[in-house]
Amino acid sequence: MDIHEYQAKALLSDFGVPIATGGLAYSPEQAAYRAKEIGGEQWVVKAQIHSGARGKAGGIRMCADENEVWEAADDLLGRRLVTNQTGPGGRGVYRLYIEPVVPFERELYLSMVLDRQTERIVLVMSGSGGMEIEELAETDPGAIHRIHIEPAVGLQGFQAREAAFACGLDAGLIAQAETLLLGAYKAFRALDATLLEINPLVVTEEGRLLALDAKMSFDDNALFRHQNVSELRDKSQEDPREMNAADRGLSYVGLDGNIGCIINGAGLAMATMDMIKHAGGEPANFLDIGGGASPDRVAKAFKLVLSDDRVEAILVNIFAGINRCDWVAEGVVKAMNELDVKVPVVVRLSGTNVEEGRRILEQSDVDLITAETLAEAGEKSVAAVSWEAN
Amino acid sequence: MSIVVDEKTPVIVQGFTGRMGTFHAEEMIEYGTNVVGGIAPGKSGSDHLGLPVFDTVKDAVNETGAEASIVFVPPPFAADAIMEAADAGIAHCVCITDGIPAQDMMKVKRYMRTKRVEKRMTLMGPNCAGVISPGKALLGIMPGHIYAQGPVGIIGRSGTLGYEAASQLKSLGIGVSTSVGIGGDPINGSSFTDHLKAFEQDPETSVVCVIGEIGGPQEAQAAAFARDHMHKKVVAYIAGLSAPKGRTMGHAGAIVTGPGESAAEKIEIMKDHGVTVVERPSDFGTVISKLL
Repeated sequence: MDIHEYQAKALLSDFGVPIATGGLAYSPEQAAYRAKEIGGEQWVVKAQIHSGARGKAGGIRMCADENEVWEAADDLLGRRLVTNQTGPGGRGVYRLYIEPVVPFERELYLSMVLDRQTERIVLVMSGSGGMEIEELAETDPGAIHRIHIEPAVGLQGFQAREAAFACGLDAGLIAQAETLLLGAYKAFRALDATLLEINPLVVTEEGRLLALDAKMSFDDNALFRHQNVSELRDKSQEDPREMNAADRGLSYVGLDGNIGCIINGAGLAMATMDMIKHAGGEPANFLDIGGGASPDRVAKAFKLVLSDDRVEAILVNIFAGINRCDWVAEGVVKAMNELDVKVPVVVRLSGTNVEEGRRILEQSDVDLITAETLAEAGEKSVAAVSWEAN
Repeated sequence: MSIVVDEKTPVIVQGFTGRMGTFHAEEMIEYGTNVVGGIAPGKSGSDHLGLPVFDTVKDAVNETGAEASIVFVPPPFAADAIMEAADAGIAHCVCITDGIPAQDMMKVKRYMRTKRVEKRMTLMGPNCAGVISPGKALLGIMPGHIYAQGPVGIIGRSGTLGYEAASQLKSLGIGVSTSVGIGGDPINGSSFTDHLKAFEQDPETSVVCVIGEIGGPQEAQAAAFARDHMHKKVVAYIAGLSAPKGRTMGHAGAIVTGPGESAAEKIEIMKDHGVTVVERPSDFGTVISKLL
């Protein structure tokens, strides 16, 4: 789960990471009031969306007086911001974060991620901040320092200092850096984060370290034990179809093609999508209906897939293990009878109770295309789309 | 022979009396697995499915000589159950549970490494379908009837895609020595490489099929191991050619975050290391049959 910048900053601040005093605003009036409250002479109005690269997309505005703050807020609120990470649909701006402009001397990069290679949390730091880490990895890989953290003892002071010195921080800043890094690590562990990124981390003209931006993502599987984190979910930042699916216990990812997929198991779902591609088609979605696919669940999956109006054919591919093909077949028939399905439907059943499942499909009066093998399923679904098109 | 389990291996079930544990324990016994009991803290002294229930894994190991366990414990408590098995001297543990926090798994792996190599437990999963040695034993949740006994070893992340491969083989009259699921999570108990090592030593296995997917470094490590250390032929399929970057495809670990993690890149790596690639997931059977 992703959260907003202002939320990440509030969480990190509780763990001793220094942040500027900012304020949240939902309206231009509130934004101007926040600026006044914060004080100073210059402010930055930051669109709160679940994406990086907001600056380049015009989501970060520098303002010299309260009127400018009002105008920036008025312009940003309600707009959909398209960054290089959001896809063409962008993300809606409904919250703004107002901060004072803090003059700084240099920018650094700091992140922590769970590294699958070493199965440890890795601290990534660089003396050159402000740009995306992928960009830095290409232009100056030598400037990126990585420290793997032993899970039994956690991040140690010497490791934090090592990273700080490697970034060329002045001796006077090392103690601050150590406190900041240890705090950030504690936050990562305590809250079951999967990603923490402070970019840039700046050295202010007053000689203090400050988190100018902050991003955190959390392990969905650990949200059960962090009510304070799960409360930060902002559904306005999620794809409505995916949110809908997740709330019904289905795993769905929207794609750009026109063949809707209903499959059990993540691996088989990906393989079926690949099969469609090999047959010359494009999948409209990834959808894993899970192990215990009751007729009801299959019907819900149909509804979800059909909510995408680009879908021109549906491919149901079920390999029943714990699942039973007869239940799935009942679900398909139920969905076809209850919903107004106007697109061709290809069904391939395999595994437990397959004969019974096929018999149910044959004896029903619904119009279906059946396939025996995975190859046939892919080819028939692609053929169904091109036949419709002609 | 086979790897991990055979018809003699004494097996216990953790989370024995729960709905999942009960259902699958019955299926495993039906298949012929030597299930000798199970764990349900606070219920020792009672019987379940005609088998003894124990409070702790240690008690079960002491009383029954159990060597393998299968975990059906809900996600918040599953890491604890795995560590209990590791501590009690279980040699092979399968964890079916989907949804264990990644940092819990980090802790589990660290804990397992505190045991000396020869006493260290091999963990399969979490979030996997388990292990089957066809005709001998089932330590998992797969439908036994789709597997024939034979010379092909399977290691995969996904349950249902593994079923697909096994049934394509069976329809061509080809059987499986053992099929091992390593699971779809970001941190797996054991790796493709761990099981390639075991299959290389197994006289019943002549070809090994690796079923990978997007995300993580494991498939590339397996490719290097196959080239440098294996005499047996290895074939591989990588799922997720049409998966967009940065999106989680069902499995918590199926996400492309950096270089080398996409299906296309992994397929290239496999080919570069001399591994036979199954290009289309409908061709597991035909590709493998040519290598036997």
